[in-house]
Amino acid sequence: MSAPVITANLLTKKYKEVAAVDGISFEVAPGESFGLLGPNGAGKSTTMRMVGAVSTRTSGDLSILGLDPNDHGPEVRSQLGVVPQQDNLDMELRVRDNLIVYGRYFGIPNKTAGKKADELLEFAQLSDRAKAKVDDLSGGMKRRLTIARSLMNEPRILLLDEPTTGLDPQARHILWDRLFRLKEQGTTLVLTTHYMDEAEQLCDRLVVVDKGTIMAEGAPAALIRQYSTREVVEVRFGSDRNAEVAERIRGIGERIEVLPDRILIYSENGEAELQKITEMGLEPITSLVRRSSLEDVFLRLTGRSLIE
Amino acid sequence: MTAPTTFAPTRPVQRRSTSLLGSLYAGNARSVMHRGLLATKSTNWLVVMSGFFEPIFYLLSMGIGLGALVGTVETSTGAHVPYAAFIAPALLAVAAMNGAIYDSTWNVFFKMQYAKLYEGMLSTSLGPLDVALGEISLALLRGALYAGGFLIVMQVLGLNLAWTALLALPAVLLIAFGFASLGMAITSYMKTFQQMDWINFVMLPMFLFSATFYPLTVYPEPIQWVIQVLPLWHGVELVRGLTTGALSVAMLGHVLYYVVMIAVGLVFTTKRLRALFLD
Ligand SMILES: Nc1ncnc2c1ncn2[C@@H]1O[C@H](COP(=O)(O)OP(=O)(O)O)[C@@H](O)[C@H]1O
Ligand SMILES: [Mg+2]
Repeated sequence: MSAPVITANLLTKKYKEVAAVDGISFEVAPGESFGLLGPNGAGKSTTMRMVGAVSTRTSGDLSILGLDPNDHGPEVRSQLGVVPQQDNLDMELRVRDNLIVYGRYFGIPNKTAGKKADELLEFAQLSDRAKAKVDDLSGGMKRRLTIARSLMNEPRILLLDEPTTGLDPQARHILWDRLFRLKEQGTTLVLTTHYMDEAEQLCDRLVVVDKGTIMAEGAPAALIRQYSTREVVEVRFGSDRNAEVAERIRGIGERIEVLPDRILIYSENGEAELQKITEMGLEPITSLVRRSSLEDVFLRLTGRSLIE
Repeated sequence: MTAPTTFAPTRPVQRRSTSLLGSLYAGNARSVMHRGLLATKSTNWLVVMSGFFEPIFYLLSMGIGLGALVGTVETSTGAHVPYAAFIAPALLAVAAMNGAIYDSTWNVFFKMQYAKLYEGMLSTSLGPLDVALGEISLALLRGALYAGGFLIVMQVLGLNLAWTALLALPAVLLIAFGFASLGMAITSYMKTFQQMDWINFVMLPMFLFSATFYPLTVYPEPIQWVIQVLPLWHGVELVRGLTTGALSVAMLGHVLYYVVMIAVGLVFTTKRLRALFLD
């Protein structure tokens, strides 16, 4: 395997006394699509900012493309494409000018930047909006423009902080499709998300983070295999009865999780477990058998849901 | 269509110096200025023009109108000049100041607090010194335009009394640079609109009392000291010496004052940008 493009070792960031990132270690290989999955406040953005060489770590080691971002900020940043959690497009410039001007920040000559901008507008499906004001774009379009902007300098690593948070399902799918193409091209992607489906779709490998620490690491399928069962039964008996019913069905399946609004039964065969429940004379208001997901992994690891 | 080329595994990473300057400056302030020029397309030109005409209106009303009553005034070097020729260089310095301050205070405040512009810039290979220099140069440019226009008006009205008035052009550049630099530095520490109003609160009296409309000697000595600490007086004296042709060694001191002001402004702006966006 070729040398990693990112190496973090016991990376820590403290604000005053509070550790936003608390000693995390990971490596990202070239061409890999690597994810940080975790709830709000887990420290994902803080990690991304340190990797993006715009935040100085409190302790630990960090190497981006063999360089320490503390000493080589501008050089490291020149090799990165950054899509921050909050769009920071230039509202005073039109769509195409946003790209050209951003390219010039990297020292790309005007003419080259213009060509690159047209190419990327097409990639982001925004060619017909080239002269529009940024304010007039929809949320999904702004996000695509931000992604196009992040590619102006032909980055070796693309950092995406919650690329689809706040978008409607259709806009998300368009965005995923674009990111998938980049991935197929061999771009190294590092992305954060609190959507398990996003993590499953886009990440070759991910770390589950919570409260600034890494809880688990692996490929999505491997994590699910390791920390969950093949299937899950979700049954609802009404919020006042769930806990009581859970007591009665102890022993069914491999493991039971009781959430305020539903009971989850982990098993290799969901239908069989559901049948056992109905045979006990219990009638759930709703029931559902599904495959395990990263959500279940997170629940297993932390006892909480990803999205509160 | 295919995705654009991004992955370039063989491209070597350029290593520049590991010095402190290397992490602060990428030598590309030009691109920040270019951005500013593009963005001015969408500015409110009425506001821009009013800033330009303000000192001209003062010159016409006070210089020509009041000047008829006042006659001549004695400058700090002892020369006697017509009243209009006395206040014109002061207003020239004010024109440079206004232009520079216009961009480097309110515009910068907005970009910093609301537009997240600098956050975006500093996630590229730009360093904070590039951003500071680019933005300050842009403010300087506006100051130079205001002052250049004003200098032409002075020439037309016959208020440039000596050939050294030509040197007023580099002098106003220096003055605009000083105000732009210090203005951005101060603005970068401001957090609220109320704090921004303090800037106006200082600017107006400074404009009125910096030997703009009458010699400094009318004040008691302690007040003279206060005015001599503030930047505008140095600009007024410098430009007045050049346009009236009454040169003195003290002018070197005024130049030095601005050089220091530029340096201090740049250092603090860079520090602050770094603290805010590269914490
Ligand atoms: N600039 C900051 N100053 C103080 N605390 C911060 C700052 N940035 C983040 N934090 C805190 O660090 C923790 C992690 O935040 P963040 O990295 O944004 O999490 P995530 O992106 O996973 O939602 C949060 O508790 C947040 O309040
Ligand atoms: Mg975040």
